[in-house]
Amino acid sequence: MIAKSAVSDYDKKGVFCIFISEVKEKGMTGQENIRNFCIVAHIDHGKSTLADRIIERTGLLTEREMQEQVLDNMDLERERGITIKAQAVRTVYKAKDGQEYIFNLIDTPGHVDFNYEVSRALAACDGAILVVDAAQGIEAQTLANVYLALDHDLEVFPVINKIDLPSAQPELVKEEIEDVIGIEAMDAPLISAKNGIGIEDVLEAVVHKIPAPKGDPTAPLKALIFDSLYDSYKGVIVFMRVVDGTVKRGTRVKMMATGATVEVVEVGTFGAGQFLPCEELAAGMVGYLTASIKNVQDTAVGDTVTEADRPCDAPLPGYKKVQSMVYCGLYPADGAKYPDLRDALEKLQLNDASLFYEPETSIALGFGFRCGFLGLLHLEVIQERLEREYDLDLVTTAPGVVYKVYKTNGEMIELTNPSNLPDPSEIDHMEEPIVKAEIMVTKDFIGSIMELCQERRGRYQSMEYIEANRALLKYEMPLNEIIYDFFDALKSRSKGYASFDYDLKGYEPSHLVKLDILINKEDVDALSFIVHADSAYERGRRMCERLKDEIPRHLFEIPIQAAVGGKVIARETVKAMRKDVLAKCYGGDITRKKKLLEKQKEGKKRMRQVGNVEIPQSAFMSVLKLDEDN
Amino acid sequence: MKPLAVYIHIPFCIRKCAYCDFLSFPQTAEMQKQYFEKLLWEMRKSAGRYAEYEVRTVFIGGGTPSVVDAESIAALMDVLRQEYRLREDAECTIECNPGTADAEKLEIYRRCGINRISIGCQSLHDRELQLLGRIHNKEQFLDCYQMARAAGFENINVDLMSGLPGQTVSDWEQNLRAVADLEPEHISAYSLIIEEGTPFYDRYSRQLELREKGLEPEEIRQRLQRGAGNAQDAILPSEDAEREMYHSTRRILQQYGYRQYELSNYAKPGRECRHNLVYWQRGDYAGFGLGAASCVKDVRWKNETDLQRYLLCDDVMSLQTEQDALTPEEQRSEAMFLGLRLTEGIDPTDYAKRYGRFPEYYYVDWIDKMKQEGLLEEAEGRLQLTEAGRDLANVVMAGFV
Repeated sequence: MIAKSAVSDYDKKGVFCIFISEVKEKGMTGQENIRNFCIVAHIDHGKSTLADRIIERTGLLTEREMQEQVLDNMDLERERGITIKAQAVRTVYKAKDGQEYIFNLIDTPGHVDFNYEVSRALAACDGAILVVDAAQGIEAQTLANVYLALDHDLEVFPVINKIDLPSAQPELVKEEIEDVIGIEAMDAPLISAKNGIGIEDVLEAVVHKIPAPKGDPTAPLKALIFDSLYDSYKGVIVFMRVVDGTVKRGTRVKMMATGATVEVVEVGTFGAGQFLPCEELAAGMVGYLTASIKNVQDTAVGDTVTEADRPCDAPLPGYKKVQSMVYCGLYPADGAKYPDLRDALEKLQLNDASLFYEPETSIALGFGFRCGFLGLLHLEVIQERLEREYDLDLVTTAPGVVYKVYKTNGEMIELTNPSNLPDPSEIDHMEEPIVKAEIMVTKDFIGSIMELCQERRGRYQSMEYIEANRALLKYEMPLNEIIYDFFDALKSRSKGYASFDYDLKGYEPSHLVKLDILINKEDVDALSFIVHADSAYERGRRMCERLKDEIPRHLFEIPIQAAVGGKVIARETVKAMRKDVLAKCYGGDITRKKKLLEKQKEGKKRMRQVGNVEIPQSAFMSVLKLDEDN
Repeated sequence: MKPLAVYIHIPFCIRKCAYCDFLSFPQTAEMQKQYFEKLLWEMRKSAGRYAEYEVRTVFIGGGTPSVVDAESIAALMDVLRQEYRLREDAECTIECNPGTADAEKLEIYRRCGINRISIGCQSLHDRELQLLGRIHNKEQFLDCYQMARAAGFENINVDLMSGLPGQTVSDWEQNLRAVADLEPEHISAYSLIIEEGTPFYDRYSRQLELREKGLEPEEIRQRLQRGAGNAQDAILPSEDAEREMYHSTRRILQQYGYRQYELSNYAKPGRECRHNLVYWQRGDYAGFGLGAASCVKDVRWKNETDLQRYLLCDDVMSLQTEQDALTPEEQRSEAMFLGLRLTEGIDPTDYAKRYGRFPEYYYVDWIDKMKQEGLLEEAEGRLQLTEAGRDLANVVMAGFV
C-alpha cells in the first residue's frame, strides 16, 4: 500500500521522504531490517530478469510502469541483453513475518570483462544470490563470480532458475553446486524469473539468509564509494555504502584518498533508474550523495568518505585499481571531428572510470586517441556508445595488450602502441601478459577446444570432470591470443557449449616481433601490430590477403607487403584498374547515372589517404578478421 | 523555335531478357489499349507546354515498341504532327526486336513518318542469344534487317552487346564484322552491364565481384567450384579480354567506314543519332509514357513508374515525379560528365558561353590531375577522354559531380 503511494508521487521531491519518515516511526530503518545484496550469475542465466521480478514484487513499481529489465537503462545494455554498469535499486518488502524490509539490490555485470565492476558492487553488499540456470548448470563465469563473492566474505545462497524449461534438471544442478562450489544448495529456491515462479521464496530467503548490516550510526562517518556518475545538473553523484556513522545534507565530508572536502547537498536512495532524495543515510544503508563535485577524479571508486570535522580512524580497504587490459587507437573518420571525439571520451569517462585514453597521432589516421579497456567487449561497448550516443564515425585500429619492453640500457617501458616500439637493437627482451584461462565445455568438444587453445599458444594446466558430461579445462595463455576473436572461435568450435573466464596471471618473457605493413612501399603505422615470432609469417600472409580484398583497385598497381624488422615476409598485389565505365545511358535518365557517380565519389570520401593510396576504414580492422575464411 | 527531342516509352515486351532492368513487362491486349489511350491523352495534354518548341527528333523506345500493333504507333506520330510542330526532316526512330516486326508493320511505320529503325540484335550467335534470353535467333535478325531495308528505311541502327559470359574476342569480332557487312548506318556496341534485380545479377554478380578484384576467368572458375557458386555457368571474359573487345570495336568499325562518336556509339559520317546527341549535349527533351525521363529548361523529372497509377492519372502535372530544378552548379557538372561521353568532347568556348566560364575555371584541380593520369587530354582545342580515359570514364566523371 505504502509502496504504491510512494510510486505515484516519487518524482515529487519530499513525498518519498514522508514515506521514509512514516516507516521510520515504525522502526524500520533499524539495521536488522536492511538487506544489502547483489545477484551473481553466468551471462544469460537470468540475473537481470530476476532483479526485475524482485523490484516488481516488492512493489516499488507497478507492473504497468515496469519496462522490461528496468535495471538495464542504457539502450545498449537492453539491445545486447547484457548489464554493463553496476546499478543499484532500493525497494521495500513486506515479509511473511509481518515486518517490512529495505532491500538494496545491486546489479552486477556477468561478463568477464567487467570483473572490476562486479568487485565494486560486491564490496557494498552483505550477501549475494547466486543464479544458476537449471538447464545449463554451472559455467565458467558462475565460478569466477562466486569466488569473487566469497572473497568479499559475502553470504551466498543459490537459486535455480529456468525450472520451467523442458531441459531443466534442478536436482542435478543442486548436486553440482554442492560438489563444485561447496555451498549448501538442497533448499535452493526453484524459480522461473521470466514467468514469475518462486519469486516469493527468493524474497524470503533474502530476509533469512542474508545478514543484516552491522555498524554504528553514531560513530564517525565511514562510507565506501562503489561507483559514481556524472550528472550535468548535480555534478558527480557518488554511490556509497555507509559502514559507520550517518550522513545528511550539510555534512562536510572528506574523501580520504584524494583529500577533497565538500559539503553534502543531497543524500538519497536509488529508485528504479531514479534518485530518491531522503533526509539521511545511516550505517548499513546504500545510497548516494551529491555535493556539486565537478571533477570525477575527486571521487575515486574504492575511496572512503568520512566527516571532515570528525574523521574516522582508518579508511576502509579499497579494492584493486582498475587496469586496462586491451588498448587500441580510436580516430574520427572525419578528421575535423577530433574535438567531438575528445569531448565524448571525456563524458564517457565520467561514468566509466575503467576507460582510459590519451591523445596520439598516426601518420595514416591523423589525430586520435590511444584508449585502454577492460577487455574486447568493453572496447566494443565504448565504440558503439561513441558512435550511437555521440554520433561519431570511428576508425579503430587493431587492439593490442600492454607489453613490457626491457631495453638494453636497463629501462623498462610499458608498450601500448606498437608504433612506439624502440629499435630492435635497443631491446633486450620483451614480456607479454599471460592469463589463467578456465574453460568449461561438454565432453564432445574437449578435443576441438584443446586444439584451439594449443593454436593460441596455450599451456595446458589441468582438466577435471565436474560432472559426467562436462569438464573444466585450465590453460595458461598469452592475453594477446584471446583478445581478437577467441570468444567467437570458442563459440563456433563448441557449437556454443563452452564458457570461458580468465584472470591475469602476470608477465612472461616472450619472443615477440613487430609486424609492419607496407602499402605501396609506405609503412602504414596504424596497421602494424605485435605478434609472436612463430606466427609472424602466417599472420603477415593473411593480413596481406585480407588487405588485398579491402583495398580498391587504383589507376596503378599497389604492392602490399608484410615485414618484420625491415625484411619482407609476405606480399600481395592489387592490380591496376582496367575498366570503370558505364556503357549505356538509359533513355535520358541522367539522374540515375549521376547517382552512380555520386556514390562512387562518396565511397572515396570514406577512405584514408596514405601516400597516394586510398585505404577504406574497414581495412584498419582487418587484423580482427584474420581467422575468418575469405 | 526552340528544338525539342521527344521520347515515347512503350513498356511492353513478350518476355523479359535476362540482363534487362528497363521498365517493361509482358502485355495483354486490354492493357495495351488502355495504355495507348492514356499515352495519347498525356501527349495531347502536354502539347501547350511545348508551344514554343519544334520537335526535331522522336524516339519510340521500350520495352519493345514493335510488339504492339503498328496502328497504335501511327497514332502517336499523328498526335505529334497534329498537336506539336514536328519538323519535316525530323529524325524519327523506333526500336524493333527481331521476331516482333513484320513487313506490314514496317510499312506502316514508314508511312506514318518514322524514318529510322533501331534493331535490338545483341548477337549473331544463337548460343549467346539464348543466354541473354532473347526471343529471336540469328536468322530472324537477318530477316528483320532485310525487311526494314525492303520497306525503304535508309537509316538503320543495330544494337550489339559485348563482354557476354563465355564470349571470346574472336566471337565478338565475328558478330561485329557480320553486322558491319550489312552496312547499317549506325551501330551501338555496348559492354554488358550486370544490373541489380535481373536474373543476370543473380547468376553473375559474384563473378563480377571477383573479376573486379582482378581475378582471371580460370581463378574465378576455381573459386566458384570451391564455393557454392554457379560453377556450371559460363564465365565472364577477363577484364583484358573485355577491354580488347571494346578497343577492337573502334578499330574494326573504322575499317568499315564508321566513326566512334560516343563511348558506345558508332556511325557512318552524318548518321550519328541526333536524338541521343540531345542527351549528351543537354538539349531539351520531353518524355512521354510510363517512367519516361524529361529535361526541359534545366528542370528534370521522371514520369510515374507504376502502371496502375499512370493509367488512373487525370492530371499530367501529377505524373511528374523526382522533379529537380538544376542549380547552375549541377548544370555545369552535368555538362562535363555528359559532354565527355562524346568522342569530340567539350569545346571550352561553347561551354563558357553556356555556363559562364571555361571548364578549367570550375574544375582546374581535377582536370589537371586527370591530364596527369593520362585520362583527359586537350586536342584541337577540345577537352576529351584519352583512349585510357574511355576505359575509366567513371573515374574521370566522378570528379565532376
